[in-house]
Amino acid sequence: MKIPATVSSVLLGLAGLTTALADITAPGDITIENLGIAASVSGEAGNAAEGRKVFANRKLGNCLACHANNDMADQLFHGEVGPSLDGVAGRWEQAQLRTIVVNAKAVFTDNTVMPGFYSLDVGKNVRKDLVGKTILTAQQVEDVVAYLSTLK
Amino acid sequence: MRGNNGCVVGICGAVLVLVSSGAWSGPVDERLVIDDEIEMTTRTQSADGHPLPEVISGWHFRTESTRALEADSFQNPGMLEVEQGEQLWNTVEGSVGKSCASCHDDAAQSMVNVGARYPKWDEITGKPINVELRINRCRVDNMGAEAYPFDKGGQKPLTAYIKHQSLGEPVKVNLAEGDMQQWWDKGQELYYSRTGQLNLSCASCHEKNNGKYIRADHLSQGNVNGFPTYRLKQGKLISLHNRFRGCIRDTRAEFPAAFSDDLMALEVYTTWRSEGLSVETPAVRQ
Repeated sequence: MKIPATVSSVLLGLAGLTTALADITAPGDITIENLGIAASVSGEAGNAAEGRKVFANRKLGNCLACHANNDMADQLFHGEVGPSLDGVAGRWEQAQLRTIVVNAKAVFTDNTVMPGFYSLDVGKNVRKDLVGKTILTAQQVEDVVAYLSTLK
Repeated sequence: MRGNNGCVVGICGAVLVLVSSGAWSGPVDERLVIDDEIEMTTRTQSADGHPLPEVISGWHFRTESTRALEADSFQNPGMLEVEQGEQLWNTVEGSVGKSCASCHDDAAQSMVNVGARYPKWDEITGKPINVELRINRCRVDNMGAEAYPFDKGGQKPLTAYIKHQSLGEPVKVNLAEGDMQQWWDKGQELYYSRTGQLNLSCASCHEKNNGKYIRADHLSQGNVNGFPTYRLKQGKLISLHNRFRGCIRDTRAEFPAAFSDDLMALEVYTTWRSEGLSVETPAVRQ
């Protein structure tokens, strides 16, 4: 049977989308072992340069709000709520850094105030337009993890 | 006496590092005396059952220039609105032809230390009532005027004017009245409830991390003794319920309506946490 060109291109498009989504691990499907998440949650490698931007961006990671980071000494006002991230790659395995970014409470228990950046285990009364959404995308998480891995 | 002087070598070293990075943790060791006259209680040992060892006014967490603004009532920009409140106190409104002064005369006498005792139990509604809602009660029942909508009309200046008559008086809330203890319980539960996508409670910042910087903002204990408070960022008086809503919004949560049961409970509870601190209305903050 001959499939009209428009329909077949839509089908191909859907197939491509399905392939791309298949590699992303949804927040609820993540497996944590020995405090670590072994595989990339986006299915792709992280880009440290992009991660550095996400780290500083107040609307994305906004990591400087709570953590000092000498690699960003040009930026004023580093927060003190969390530990300094200087040398953080020497203190944690990359898989553990990934868990801390995804859901810090899985490593530090509920005692930490650090938000889970790729978790749906969130607070009450989430703003309506953010229900079911994570703070960062899977790829942004991988980019931040790649950046943190450079802080030796 | 508290302070950073007389420190051992290691601690001095840590202090120097903080200065060089532009940050200074913890509350400053200063005394607030307004107009060289009114000695304010800005630090006090907390009562039994209080989660913090010492109750400290937000004044101690602000910069030197912001602290100086509050210490001089001619420079305090919030005093302009307090003066507007005084005019409103004496303005006749409503069908009955009365002003506040028609019944209460001179607020400098009739309202002395009254604001320091709010919120109170209200038998009529069977709920706590704050100064804003008490003003509205008077306007509707006694003046034949309309209630002020939240933060509108003269609500903030008149509330600030009334609270200002308690300047220096320690905050005290009577939990023995009516069902105040139940509202305190509800307020406590809300204080420790994490909200929003950022999953933060009041306690996350103001109990666990007060004294630390979150970016350029020095986290205070979140005491409420200075409200309505002049915020330099907004350039006007900010009411307590507006501030509650702003904090909750910043956790990326839907936030409750002003004067809702949730925020009234939070007002009862946070006022209790602030007990012993002088009323600073209008405080000056960042």
